[in-house]
Amino acid sequence: MAKRAKGRKPEPEIEAAEAAEPAQPPESVQPPESVQPAKPESDFLFEGSNWTFETMEHAYKAIEDIALNDLGLDVYPNQIEIISSEQMLDAYSSIGMPLMYQHWSFGKRFVRESQMYSRGYSGLAYEIVINSNPCISYNMEDSTMAIQALVMAHAAFGHNHFFKNNYLFQQWTDAEGILDYLEFSKRYISKCEERHGPAAVEEVLDAAHALMDHGVFRYRRRPKLNLREQAERERERREYQERTFNDLWRTVPQNGRGARSGDEDSDVEERKKKLKLPEENLLYFLEKNSPVLEPWQRELLRIVRNIAQYFYPQKQTKVMNEGCATFVHLYTMNQLYEKGLLSEGAMLEIFHTHSNVVFQPEFDDRRYQGINPYALGFAMMEDIKRICIEPSDEDREWFPEIAGTGDWRATLKDAWANYRDESFIQQYLSPNMMRKFRLFVLADDSTDTHFSVDSIHDERGFKSVRRALARSYDLGVIEPDIQVVDVDLKGDRRLHLQHSMRDGIPLEQRQRDEVLLHVRRLWGYDVVLSGIDRESGRKNYEMSAGHKAGEES
Amino acid sequence: MSHFIDRRLNPKQKSLGNRQRFMRRARAQIKEVVNKSIKDRNVSDVANGETISIPTKGIGEPHLQHAPTGGSRQRIFTGNKEFNAGDRIPKPAQGGDGEGGKKASDSGDGEDEFQFVLTREEFLDIFFEDLELPDLIKTSLREIRTYKPRRAGFSTSGSPSNINVLRTMKNSFGRRIALRRPKPDEEGDLQKRLFELEDRADLTPDEREWMAKLHEQLEELARRRRAIPFVDPLDIRFNRYDQRPEPNTNAVMFCLMDVSGSMGEREKDLAKRFFILLHMFLKRRYERIEVVFVRHTHEAQEVDEETFFYSRETGGTVVSTALKEMMRVLEERYPPHEWNIYAAQASDGDNFSGDAERCIALLKEAVMPMVQYYAYVEILDEREMELFQDPEKGTALWQAYRSVSTAWDNFEMKRIAGAGDIYPVFRELFAKQVEHG
Repeated sequence: MAKRAKGRKPEPEIEAAEAAEPAQPPESVQPPESVQPAKPESDFLFEGSNWTFETMEHAYKAIEDIALNDLGLDVYPNQIEIISSEQMLDAYSSIGMPLMYQHWSFGKRFVRESQMYSRGYSGLAYEIVINSNPCISYNMEDSTMAIQALVMAHAAFGHNHFFKNNYLFQQWTDAEGILDYLEFSKRYISKCEERHGPAAVEEVLDAAHALMDHGVFRYRRRPKLNLREQAERERERREYQERTFNDLWRTVPQNGRGARSGDEDSDVEERKKKLKLPEENLLYFLEKNSPVLEPWQRELLRIVRNIAQYFYPQKQTKVMNEGCATFVHLYTMNQLYEKGLLSEGAMLEIFHTHSNVVFQPEFDDRRYQGINPYALGFAMMEDIKRICIEPSDEDREWFPEIAGTGDWRATLKDAWANYRDESFIQQYLSPNMMRKFRLFVLADDSTDTHFSVDSIHDERGFKSVRRALARSYDLGVIEPDIQVVDVDLKGDRRLHLQHSMRDGIPLEQRQRDEVLLHVRRLWGYDVVLSGIDRESGRKNYEMSAGHKAGEES
Repeated sequence: MSHFIDRRLNPKQKSLGNRQRFMRRARAQIKEVVNKSIKDRNVSDVANGETISIPTKGIGEPHLQHAPTGGSRQRIFTGNKEFNAGDRIPKPAQGGDGEGGKKASDSGDGEDEFQFVLTREEFLDIFFEDLELPDLIKTSLREIRTYKPRRAGFSTSGSPSNINVLRTMKNSFGRRIALRRPKPDEEGDLQKRLFELEDRADLTPDEREWMAKLHEQLEELARRRRAIPFVDPLDIRFNRYDQRPEPNTNAVMFCLMDVSGSMGEREKDLAKRFFILLHMFLKRRYERIEVVFVRHTHEAQEVDEETFFYSRETGGTVVSTALKEMMRVLEERYPPHEWNIYAAQASDGDNFSGDAERCIALLKEAVMPMVQYYAYVEILDEREMELFQDPEKGTALWQAYRSVSTAWDNFEMKRIAGAGDIYPVFRELFAKQVEHG
């Protein structure tokens, strides 16, 4: 979500900028030095690089006009906040949210980011944008006016539209309530720190953070809940408990209940059904079923879980989200330039920044760090536009339903609304794109001494490359599949986790051991993790928490 | 519809709390690194902030992740040049970064060491964390406190130099209003009218009467003005000062060093490091600290720092002269009731035979009662260090000081051989729990 200026300089700056917009109608591709439109007096939105709130407002109006009336975007109201670089670092370290509870890991992140920044290894983001209503975006004060305009188009309209319209965000996040909920969680956690001591809170948060990736519902649809109501409900729940607490109940003998549950014990299936096992959301399971946690500890798990869930759609739509925002900002800037509202100097600066952002080094380049989501997303958006307007025969064959329709705005908006990275690539990655990126797939088998080239960007390989690329954005594949499969609540209370292994890929061992210790801490009793091969059902390993890691520490 | 909000003036350092939490978390590792860095560093810049890298153990954030290798998987790359489907590429050797550094970034190796900068304050806090001023209790008992005047409200009496003008004028103003002291312009007004009348030659009887009335009024005003003074002694307020006792925050540190031929560059360097550490330490505790350098061969003199460390001198070695010189300076400039006195002596242990007894006598009778703390370091080379494992054995001077050390709790002595030894020794000397009952 944060756009980073890469701390490196690609050599072909202008060329990259031109190459990045192959689908522009010819008259809109303006190499900055070629045309010199006669301008009697300056209609520019701004001149020079300094910005003021007046020029910002002015530029915002012009951008808004294009975004709403030309592109037809549908956005939350915008709230644009100007912050200093130091505040940007602050915002970074608390995962971009304006308010966040306190935890040492954010301090660590801050330390690292500021280190990188002060040494010049990495630039700061120009902006951070938050999926909330109103949509808050932070702009840096150090940016020039041209960059501010670019950033407004990028964040306040591109990302904003995506947040508001993409189905994942609509279904899973609550843009209205997130800030309220964060405020509640911050207050709640600091209250817990007062009441139970920072160390106790930290212990729970550490464990919860370790399981954050596994604290989301992937498949089941979460009931839509207003986060603010949820906070309110928690308060009521606690007050009710406090009001109705009576120590006498503790002394009532519990024979009856014990006897009743005895016969249930026999049926493992029923037990699983009762606990709704298997459960993929480990945090949820622990929050609801851990025998040892106090109510406030459960609430902490719930907070971490809710935040993880809030960010889950962003993890799945990195390429699309950035692609959408980048496409919108370049289109908007080009339109502004055509209307004579931007000076060539500003445009040149915008091109420079834009091409930095969408720079994609090749695999043997020292700067290669995987596929740049900005580059891929943006190129795909442009490609879709091209297919709509001037398709080749190949495109007609591959995309009969959109090729040549001419209505690229509707096509793009449909894609932005109804796909996530994985399905978007599977649906829209064209042979043209694969050739342009010169994509190829390596098969890496640990039993083999060689990599083998599985497929490349040719007729035979298109489908396979596309599938491989799509899969590499599928969180279900990237993240290990770990589920709670069984727990013997009546016996030794051992919690049984199962890692369903895909293609024999193991877990990172050191971290696995540490995470299991955390799970153990939350569960209070033995925790066993076993790795089952997805296809054959063969058990590859089994280990229990603290067994190995315990010796180390 | 849009709202621009300027947040630049909002408080920065929002994540300060997070940083503190992080520091607390990584405390143990940071301390270890700080201590180690002291050993290897030039002492003169010890007090600056420090870039440290700490092992990630304990500050890692584990997640369940796939291992970077193992199993079979597909990797996708951009920028194919000559590969065709079915080509086979040898895997790079373990640990090498093949495929454009892909592996190196995947495995999280980059996180094994975590680097960051400690601020000067944080660094020193950790550095001095469990060091304590020796004999603090005794110090505060013996210490004669100095007094410092502090403002403490106002009083109606005092010396003229302490008059508080503002307060005085306020009182005077209030009183003048309350008693209706005539204002100057009121009087001037009457006077003017009177003059006007007087200037005219032809006055009606009415006017004459009027004039007399004016005269009367004027006199009345003048009378009241005399009766109600502009500033009455009642109005005057003085600043009041309390004499408050202040802890004595002056310290003087005596650096004594043998500079005879036997002390080479190495020994002097070690001594210097020790002195600087002591100085830094004292500086954190005392507002004001002075350093006196006393060097000696067979005779001693007070010198400046430059000469102390760098000038060459030849001659014999008579330690007692240095002690005598120190006492002289003490008596002259640093009365013990005003100063906390620290002394540190560095020597290679040589002494003129027979001088040791004089040293003992001087220390026991004159020096030790005066000083807060006396630290003696003997600088040996590694070979000697092994020889003198046993604290019982040693040079004549060492033997002599041993007896002082047993008699006085605030006398400490240690041997050092290399730069790495200094800090531990220093810590030992000033460790919180020294074996004083």
